[in-house]
Amino acid sequence: MFTQLRDIQSNRAWAATLAAGLVILVGVPLLNQVVPAGSFLHLPDYLVILLGKFFCYAMVALAMDLIWGYTGILSLGHGVFFALGGYAMGMHLMRAMAGQGVYKSNLPDFMVFLDWKELPWYWLGFDHFWFALLMVVLVPALLALLIGFFSFRSRITGVYFSILTQAMTYAMMLLFFRNETGFGGNNGLTDFKHLLGFSLQEPTVKLGLCVVSGAALIGCFLLCRFITGSLLGRVLTAIRDAEGRVLFCGYRSIHYKLFVWVLSAVICAVAGALYVTQVGIINPSEMQPANSIEMAIWVAVGGRGTLVGALLGALVINGAKSWFTVSYPDLWLYFLGALFIATTLFLPQGIVGLGGVFKKWTTKTKESEDGTRSYVRLP
Amino acid sequence: MQSAQKPFLRRFTTLVVTAGMVVVSTMASAADTIKVGILHSLSGTMAISETSLKDVALMTIEEINASGGLLGKKIEPVVVDPASNWPLFAEKARELIEKDKVAVTFGCWTSVSRKSVLPVFEEQNALLFYPVQYEGEECSRNVFYTGAAPNQQAIPAVEYLMSEDGGGARRFVLLGTDYVYPRTTNKILRAFLHSKKIADADIMETYTPFGHSDYQTIVSQIKKFAVGKRTAVISTINGDSNVPFYKELANQGVKAENLPVVAFSVGEEELRGIDTAPLVGHLAAWNYFMTVNTPENKAFIKKWRAYVKKNKLPGGDKRVTNDPMEATYIGIKMWAQAVRQAGTTNVDAVRQAMGYQSVKSPSGYEIVMDAKNHHLHKPVLIGEIRKDGQFDVVWHTKGPIRAQAWSPYLPDSARKVADWTYPWVCGNCTAPTYR
Amino acid sequence: MKSNKIILVLLLAAALLGLGRAASAQPGFDEAVNGLAGQSRSAIIDSLKALADLGDERALAAIRALEERRLLAAPDGRAIIVGTDDTLHYADTGEPFAGERDGLDAPVINNRVRRAIDRAEAVLQLVAKDPAQRLEAARAMAKAPRPEAAELLRAVLGRETVPAVRDALTLALALVDMNSGDQEVRVAAVTKVAGSGNPAFLPLLKELVRVDEAGRPVNGDARSVAAAKAGITAIERHVLLVRSAQNFFYGLSLGSVLLLAALGLAITFGLMGVINMAHGELLMVGAYATYLTQNFFHSHLPGLETWYLAAAVPVAFAAAGATGIAMERSVIRFLYGRPLETLLATWGISLLLIQTVRLLFGAQNVEVANPAWLAGGTEPVAGLLLTYNRVAIIGFVVLTVAFVWYLLNRTSLGLKVRAVTQNRAMAASMGIRTGRVDMWTFGLGSGIAGLGGVALSQIGNVGPELGQGYIVDSFMVVVLGGVGKIAGTIFGAMGLGVVNKLLEPHTGAVLGKIVMLALIILVIQRRPQGLFAPRGRVA
Repeated sequence: MFTQLRDIQSNRAWAATLAAGLVILVGVPLLNQVVPAGSFLHLPDYLVILLGKFFCYAMVALAMDLIWGYTGILSLGHGVFFALGGYAMGMHLMRAMAGQGVYKSNLPDFMVFLDWKELPWYWLGFDHFWFALLMVVLVPALLALLIGFFSFRSRITGVYFSILTQAMTYAMMLLFFRNETGFGGNNGLTDFKHLLGFSLQEPTVKLGLCVVSGAALIGCFLLCRFITGSLLGRVLTAIRDAEGRVLFCGYRSIHYKLFVWVLSAVICAVAGALYVTQVGIINPSEMQPANSIEMAIWVAVGGRGTLVGALLGALVINGAKSWFTVSYPDLWLYFLGALFIATTLFLPQGIVGLGGVFKKWTTKTKESEDGTRSYVRLP
Repeated sequence: MQSAQKPFLRRFTTLVVTAGMVVVSTMASAADTIKVGILHSLSGTMAISETSLKDVALMTIEEINASGGLLGKKIEPVVVDPASNWPLFAEKARELIEKDKVAVTFGCWTSVSRKSVLPVFEEQNALLFYPVQYEGEECSRNVFYTGAAPNQQAIPAVEYLMSEDGGGARRFVLLGTDYVYPRTTNKILRAFLHSKKIADADIMETYTPFGHSDYQTIVSQIKKFAVGKRTAVISTINGDSNVPFYKELANQGVKAENLPVVAFSVGEEELRGIDTAPLVGHLAAWNYFMTVNTPENKAFIKKWRAYVKKNKLPGGDKRVTNDPMEATYIGIKMWAQAVRQAGTTNVDAVRQAMGYQSVKSPSGYEIVMDAKNHHLHKPVLIGEIRKDGQFDVVWHTKGPIRAQAWSPYLPDSARKVADWTYPWVCGNCTAPTYR
Repeated sequence: MKSNKIILVLLLAAALLGLGRAASAQPGFDEAVNGLAGQSRSAIIDSLKALADLGDERALAAIRALEERRLLAAPDGRAIIVGTDDTLHYADTGEPFAGERDGLDAPVINNRVRRAIDRAEAVLQLVAKDPAQRLEAARAMAKAPRPEAAELLRAVLGRETVPAVRDALTLALALVDMNSGDQEVRVAAVTKVAGSGNPAFLPLLKELVRVDEAGRPVNGDARSVAAAKAGITAIERHVLLVRSAQNFFYGLSLGSVLLLAALGLAITFGLMGVINMAHGELLMVGAYATYLTQNFFHSHLPGLETWYLAAAVPVAFAAAGATGIAMERSVIRFLYGRPLETLLATWGISLLLIQTVRLLFGAQNVEVANPAWLAGGTEPVAGLLLTYNRVAIIGFVVLTVAFVWYLLNRTSLGLKVRAVTQNRAMAASMGIRTGRVDMWTFGLGSGIAGLGGVALSQIGNVGPELGQGYIVDSFMVVVLGGVGKIAGTIFGAMGLGVVNKLLEPHTGAVLGKIVMLALIILVIQRRPQGLFAPRGRVA
C-alpha cells in the first residue's frame, strides 16, 4: 500500500502525469483540428464529446476513491452531488437562453407550461455565470456537510451510511421528478443554446469544453494526490483501517471525515457541471440509485485506494459500455456483469492489481513457494 | 521501489492501448449499403416497450430488402442500445450520425429521450422518425412524427366519453404518471373540458411517481369522487404502473359500465401482462388496433408472426402488434418511398420528398404525411378491452385527421404555427419567415 | 337439447309466477330478442328495454349471450346463441341453426349497451326462482333510483318472502319514493335511505336538504329534510370511521408487500452481511417460477388451474433457493468478510440474471393471472372494501414469517445459523460446518425472496425489471428495522406501510414517498443501528 502511495509521488509518476496532460491538452485538439478528417489519426467530433464525458466520469471516480478507497466510507449517493452540480450549471444555461425557448418567454419553457408567472426564488441569480459556479460548489457542499455532520456525529458507519446515502439519492430523485419542484420534472433541463456567448452547437466549443474537462481532471488528480500523500491522507487511511485507534490517538476523526466527504462531493459537483455543458441534458435519472452504485463500481474495478485505479476504472468501464452497447446490444449486460464478478473474485485490487498478478505469474518459480501475494487485501 | 514503478507505466500503456482500440474500432468502412439507425432501448426500464419497435423495424427493413432494396442497394440497420438512459440517447444518436453516417434514424419512445436527441439531430441536420404518441408542442425540421398528437388521440377520446354512446360522462378524473406527456395532455384536456362547460370542481387531477405500484388509495379516492355524477377516468399512466393500477381497479370492483377508464398508453402489448377478464369494457384510444379488420392489417400481422417465428423471438405466438409498431412500420415505408422518389438519401432531398407521401396503413386508411407540420394524418379509433386482451373498436373517426402540433387549447401555443413550406418555413413561429 | 330444457324451465317458472304478462311467445318477444343482434347499438338498447318491459325470463339466455359475445347475427337478421357446448340455435324459437358459423358476426357492444344489459338483467332476475339471483338483482336495483321500475318493484316486494331480498327491494323502492307526492311515503323513504348508511346516497340526500337563497329547502318538507340531515350526519361519521379503517388496511397490505420483498434480504443481508444487490432478481425468479407453474397447469392440468398458486409457492421457493445456492457457491462464498465487495459481485450477478430472463422470456411483461378465488373483495361494513388478494397477502406474510421463525428457532439448521452468525469461529470449533451452513442460510434467504416473488406476481408486473423496483425499498426496510433482527424487519415494514398510507391521502403519492424517505434518514440518524438494534457490543 505504502509503496503505492510513494509510487505516485515519484518522478516517473510525475512524468506520466505530465505526459497525460499533454495528450489531453495538446494532443486532443491537434488530432481533432489539425489532422485532416480522412486520416487514420483524426479524432472525430463525437469522440471528442465522448472523451469529455469520460473525463467527467473519471473525476467522479477520483472523488469516490477519496471517500471510499482512502477513507473507507462507501457512499451510494454521489449521484446527487453530481446531479446538483449539473443542475446548477443547467439552471445558468437555461437562464442564458431566456427568451429563445420554444415559447419565446423570459421563463424556461417548462415554467411557461406550468403556468408560472415569475421565476421562483431559488432560480434568482443564476443569470450570472459566477453565481452559478458558486452554487455548483456551495449547494452540494452544504448538503454534504449537513448529511455528513449528522451522520458522522451519530457514528453511522459502514453499510448504514451507504443505505442512508442511498435513501437520500432516492428521495432527491423523487423530489426532482415532481414537476412542481421547479426543475423541469422528468425531462429536466435541456435544449441549451450557449455558454458565455459561445454556441454549444459549435464543434470547437465542444473541443474547448473537452479540454477544460481534461484540465479539471488533471487538477483534481493533482489535488487528490497532494491530499493522499500528505499527513491528512495518512490519517484518512488510518480511519479506514481502524477508526477506534485513530480516536484513541487523539485525532478528531469526524473533522477529517467531514473534510474529505465534502471535498469529494464538491469534486463530483464540478464534474457534473462540466458534464452538463457537454451532454446537453440534466435530469433526475442521474440520481437513480443505480447510477451511484455504478460510480462505486468504477472505483472497485479500477482498484480502490489508488488514484490511477479509479481513473482507469471509470475510463475502462465507460469505454466498454460505449463500445458494447453498439457492437453487442443484446449481450453487453453479460460482459459488464461478468466483468464485475471477475474483478471481485480474481482481482480484489482491481485492474491496477493486474500488474501484481501478472508479476506473480511471470516470477512464479520464485514467489509461489511461500505463496505470499504481492498486494494487500483491503477491508 | 523501482519495480513498483513499472506496473504504473504499464498501466498507463494499457490505457493508451485501450483508447487506441476504441479509435480503431470506430473506423468503420463504408460498404455499399444504405445504413439506417435504430435507436431503441433494449435494456433498462423502457426495454419492455421499445424492444418490439426494434423488432418491427428490422422486419420492415428485411421486407424492403427482400423486394429489391432501395436505389439498388440493401438497407443495413445499425442497432444500438441506449439502455433507457437519456444522455446515452444523445451520445448514441451522435455516433449513429457521425460515425456510422446513417441516412435516417428510427427511434425513441419517451419524450425526454426525444428532447435529449433533438439538439443532435438539428445540429447535424439528420432525420429522426419518432413513432410514439406524444404531447405535441414541438415541430422540428429534422423530425417526422408518425405517432399521434394530442388532438389525434386524447380529445376524440374525451368527446366520445361525453357523447351519449360513450356514457355521457360529466365528471373526469385525470390520472397520470408525473412527467411531461401526462401533464401536457391533461392541461390540454382541462382547457378542452372547460370549453365543454365542465367546471373545475368536476375535474380531479392526480399524479403518481414513476414505477408506482400501490394504487389502493388512489382507486378508492376515485371511487369516492365518482359518487353522484357520471364519471370517467382518463389515464395517462405510464407503461409499468398500469398492471398494478388495473389489478387494483378490478379487485375494488370498479366496472367499466359505471366508471370507464380510457387510457392513452395502454395497448395490446401492455395488456399482455394482465388478466383482462375483469377489465372488459375499459377503453383505449389509438390510431390502430390489432383487431382492425382490413386486408392490410391481416397481411401486416401475418408478416409479423412469420418474422417472430423465423427469428425465434421470445414470446413466440403470443406476440402482438400495436399502435407504435404500426407507426414504425408506416414511417419506414414512407421514408423508403421518399428516398425512391428523391433518388438519393440526402437529408434535404428526402425531407422535401416526405411531404404528401402516402401509405396504405394496416389500419386500412390512406395515411398521408403533412408537408407542413411533419405529422401524419391519422384516424382515431376507440377500443374497448376484450376478454382476450384485444380491443373491440367501438368508435372511429370518419377519416384521418390532421395533427395539431401546437394545441389551440393552450393560450401560449394557440397562436403558433408549424409549417415547413414556403413562405412560413418554421416549426414554431407566429409570422412567416418569408413575406 | 340443453338450452331447450332451460327455456322450458323458464317458461314454467314464468307461468307459475303468473306475472300477468304473456307467458307464451308474443310477436313482441321475437322481435325484441332478434333485435339484440341488431346493427346499431341504439337498436340493441331499444330491444333490451323492450325485453325488460316484457318481463319474459326467456330473454335472459339471449341477454347473457349478448354480454358474453356468444350472440351472433344470422344472415336473415335473426339472433343466434352459441351454447356452452358450441352448438348454435336461434334465440327466439330455440331451434338449432343449420348454417355455417364462419362469417357470422357478433354485435360489438360497448359500455352503454352493458349498462342497458345490467338494467334489463336486474329486472328479469327479480322474478327468478333462485333467491340468490333475486338478491343480486334487488341489490343492483337499489344502487340508484329506477322510477320506471317502481311498479314492478312494488309487485315483486308484495310476493317476496326472503328478508334480505325484501330489505334490498324496500331500499330500491325507497330511492324512488323519495320524490313521492305523498308526504308519509316520502318521509318513510328518506328515513330508509338515510338509514342505509351507504355513502353512495349522499348526493341524493344532500340534494334533498339543499336550500335556496332565502334559506328554504328547495325540495321536500321539513320532516323529510330533518330525516335526511340526520342520515347525512350518520353516514359522514360512518364514512370517516370506515376511511380510517380502510387506510389502515391499505397500510397493512403495503407493509406486507414490503415485508415479503424484504424478508429474504433480512436473512441474506441482515444475518449474513452479504449486500445482496441481486435480491430483487431473486424476487423476479420467484415471480417467473409462478408464471411457469401457471403455464404448466394451463397446459397439463387445466382442471386444477385456479389452484396453480398453491403449487407455485414451493416451486418458487425451490427455484429462487437454488439460484441463491448457486450464487453462494460460485461467487459469494469467496467474499465473506468483505461485505462491500459482495455489493459489486452481486450487482454483476443481477445484471446477468436480468439479461438472461430478458433473452429467455422477452423484455415484455408476462401475464400472471389472478386465480378466481383471489379476484374481487368482501365488504364486511358498507364502504369498507377488503380485496381478497390483499387479504391473502397479509395471510401469506403471516405464514411466511411463522415459517421463518420456526426454521430459525425450532430446527437444528436454525440453531446452527444463529450460532454461525453470532460467532463464526466458535461455531466452527464446535464442529459446525460453517461453509455448509452459509450455503443453506443463503439458500433459505433466497427461497424466501422467491416466496415474495409469488406474492408480487399477484399485484404487479412480472417482467425482467421487477426486482429493480423493490431493491431500494427492501434495503430501507431492513436497515430501518435494524440489521440482524428479523423482528425489526417486520416492524420496519409494517411501520413504513402504515405511515405511508396514512400520509398519502394528505400529501399525494409522490410527496408521501419523499416524506417517508426523509423519515427513514432521520430515524437512522437518531438510531444508527436501526429501530430494533441489538444492545451491547455486538452491533
